[in-house]
Amino acid sequence: MKVGIVVFPGSNCDRDLAVAFQAAGADVTMIWHKDTSLPKGLDMIGVPGGFSFGDYLRCGAIAAQSPICRAVVDHANAGGYVLGVCNGFQILTETGLLPGALLRNANLKYICKTIPLTVQNTDSAYTAGYETGQQLMIPIAHHDGNYTADADTVSQLKDQGRVAFTYSDNPNGSVGDIAGILSENRRVLGMMPHPERAADAAHGGTDGQAMFKSVVGAVFGALQDA
Amino acid sequence: MKARVTVMLKNGVLDPQGKAVHHALAGLGFDSVDGVRQGKVIELDLSETDAAAAEKSVGEMCEKLLANTVIESYKIEIL
Repeated sequence: MKVGIVVFPGSNCDRDLAVAFQAAGADVTMIWHKDTSLPKGLDMIGVPGGFSFGDYLRCGAIAAQSPICRAVVDHANAGGYVLGVCNGFQILTETGLLPGALLRNANLKYICKTIPLTVQNTDSAYTAGYETGQQLMIPIAHHDGNYTADADTVSQLKDQGRVAFTYSDNPNGSVGDIAGILSENRRVLGMMPHPERAADAAHGGTDGQAMFKSVVGAVFGALQDA
Repeated sequence: MKARVTVMLKNGVLDPQGKAVHHALAGLGFDSVDGVRQGKVIELDLSETDAAAAEKSVGEMCEKLLANTVIESYKIEIL
């Protein structure tokens, strides 16, 4: 299984994401943001955390308009997998691949700590390795993680089982305690918490590891069946 | 020709920065403030000379990049 990690100026979790995917058995390629096309044969794209383009204008807004993001959108629209973590989630909402937007945290503070998440839905390649209702300890590190969307969108996300993770104790004011959401075809996941920072015993926690193992296993399995 | 774009969070979208400014003003004794909304102003220098064409083009810029219309509204002034 081949994974491409997009690197923007200001990305700072790109290598962490690459290591987490590699540890789960994926081949990983880094993709520079100025490239206009993706390397051939990619199954999955990771959009990492960080502060792409200095968070200028709005978090993720400039990155979402970069040439490579058009290719990422095409990849997703063609049924490809895309995982966006933290700034990556912000970028995916800015491209329109995921609905809603991320506002400044309700308490206006940058929050960097490990917090409990609840797995809300296991019907995706990302979450199949968890149990519904399972509590995970995953680090967050963001200033703009307050997910918002209009009431219709939120009820649609809930009705379609597209809320993958919620905060067990909401740190940022996000609507419905939402921490991560799936696309309609369940192949695009955006989440504010950092599973790649809880993917190795040396991180102090391994609750994120199952996500990488699960998605790599699911996509690799599908490739072998094909 | 210049254009000024004012981007504000839509009504109903929580504006924690505006709230913080409101609290700070109250702390300074400005009791008459009922609410504060904080936004941003973007000024553009345009080569366009036709005001209507400029407004149309800035509108496209707002829709594509300058505002996130999921949460923000925008107002264009051609100066």
